[in-house]
Amino acid sequence: MPRGLAWLLLALVLVALPHGLSFSQQEILVFLTINVLLVASYRLLTLTGEWSLGHVVIMGVGAYASALLSKRLGIYVPVAMLLGAGVAALVAYILSFPLFRMKGFYFLIGSFAAGEVIRLLWKRFRDPFGGPKGLKRIEGMPDLDLGVYALDFFEPITYYYFAAAVVAFCLWIMWRIERSPVGLTFHAIHWQDKLAEASGVNVRAYRTRAFVLASGFAGFSGALLAHYIGTINPNSFDVEQMVFVLTWAIVGGTATFYGPILGCIVLTVLNEIVLREMGFEQMRPLVYGLIMILSVLFLPKGLESVVQRVLSARKTG
Amino acid sequence: MSRPLLEVAKLTMRFGGLTAVDELSFRVEQGAIHGLIGPNGAGKTTTFNVISGFYKPTAGEVRLRGEVISGLKMSQVARRGVVRTFQHSTLFAELTVRENALVGTHMAFRPRILSALLGSDTQDRRAAQARAEEALDFFGLLALAEVMAGDLPHGHQRALGMAVALAARPEIVLLDEPFTGMNPEETREMMELMRKLRDSGVTILLVEHDMHAIMGLCDRITCMSFGKLLAEGNPQEIRNHPEVIRAYLGGARHVA
Ligand SMILES: Nc1ncnc2c1ncn2[C@@H]1O[C@H](COP(=O)(O)OP(=O)(O)OP(=O)(O)O)[C@@H](O)[C@H]1O
Ligand SMILES: [Mg+2]
Repeated sequence: MPRGLAWLLLALVLVALPHGLSFSQQEILVFLTINVLLVASYRLLTLTGEWSLGHVVIMGVGAYASALLSKRLGIYVPVAMLLGAGVAALVAYILSFPLFRMKGFYFLIGSFAAGEVIRLLWKRFRDPFGGPKGLKRIEGMPDLDLGVYALDFFEPITYYYFAAAVVAFCLWIMWRIERSPVGLTFHAIHWQDKLAEASGVNVRAYRTRAFVLASGFAGFSGALLAHYIGTINPNSFDVEQMVFVLTWAIVGGTATFYGPILGCIVLTVLNEIVLREMGFEQMRPLVYGLIMILSVLFLPKGLESVVQRVLSARKTG
Repeated sequence: MSRPLLEVAKLTMRFGGLTAVDELSFRVEQGAIHGLIGPNGAGKTTTFNVISGFYKPTAGEVRLRGEVISGLKMSQVARRGVVRTFQHSTLFAELTVRENALVGTHMAFRPRILSALLGSDTQDRRAAQARAEEALDFFGLLALAEVMAGDLPHGHQRALGMAVALAARPEIVLLDEPFTGMNPEETREMMELMRKLRDSGVTILLVEHDMHAIMGLCDRITCMSFGKLLAEGNPQEIRNHPEVIRAYLGGARHVA
């Protein structure tokens, strides 16, 4: 099948998809779309070899910033979303100074601590962050009048189309970055930071670049979330959410671009269809933990390795 | 006396109580193949690590054309034209041979995110490819360009390490035991390539245990032992130097 046709088919499926779903399933589809952006941005962060535990909090920074900018200053929501992403990137840039003095395990712990500090600030300062109760009645995307048809973004199906379009654009940007010499440099740093540095690569600057870019996209996903659900609080971005992101990435595998996305989709479908329908929703963290352990034991290279095997078998066979 | 390209001046590197390099001084002239030899643990790799900026020296200086470069970061030293290879095949094992060489071109064609997104860097990308291929071709690796670096046989891995360094077009390249893992035939070819490299204007500082290669290649040799300078001279002088022979216990065997 030629490439162009495959993409067209995928686009058609994505357009048709919500029509076969119930209202609540459509809402889940919106969250899934936002989470795809989140987990893909997480992979961008891990390209240089550092794993962060603060990524979901950075997503929250984007959510809070975008919500406050539109609420307090009356900034047009789509613009506020972009600014929210910018604030998340800026916060990441500032955090990079203490964090990139550390590597590996220490970076992991440091990023967790930094995230908790940010969450404490949200809780502590009722003005402007709303304290533990967070922000309510966040502006939604304003209606868009196309003349013949007015788009109402309170409808999950409409918001899904909007989110899917911008997420697709974001994924395209990340893909191009990874395929560029910049991406090659990220990979080089991951595999051998000493040799990269000896080749003239400013390793610290590139780690910062990956971190800031990934945080910008995470912040944007947070903004997409905030203006859809209309209410956010510090617990929307707690460590439990971070564990979900880690599980998606690990179960999917991080060697390929699509691995974490695959993990996110498969586990969300599993979660929604199997757990919720069967009434096991409360046990989600337990089941996720179990899945993580099972996948590390039996599928250490993630779901992506299964796809790769199928694809290469197709090619040779 | 003309100014040397690289000058190591009273360099000292201590690790806790251990003095790995002890007030070592020597100079490398432009356009030379300069050997740095000594028994195991003499401090050769440590000297490389300090020159290349991997360590900050405890005392002393490294100067490039008179400019002090010791204390700079490794990438900053590389940008001044001093590029090194590593003793143990250090490569991007999970990248292809071609991609390895492309990383070597990093300094000449700085990747930029925005131009990569807009697609306005095609010229740079093409030039980087060309330079990477040229470096691979020089070491006879072009046919293996799409192989994973980690899957190469050992001798080819050493050659790739040098190709990565050479893709950066350094002024001086520091090679740490480039001949280990090579059979005599490969060693002979590699020696020929190094002469070609020197003739093209690249200065070479070489650490090597293969005395045959060292004696056959070097214009000048510095011998160190226990971190200290032991002797310096041309191959003829070093071969007959009593201190050198004593340092390599039973050295007559090695210092053939
Ligand atoms: N990072 C370090 N920390 C502590 N000691 C070190 C360190 N690096 C090197 N040394 C010590 O310094 C001494 C010199 O080591 P070095 O690797 O420079 O020797 P060498 O001349 O390259 O030896 P070889 O020929 O075996 O490669 C050794 O005793 C070594 O154990
Ligand atoms: Mg050594």
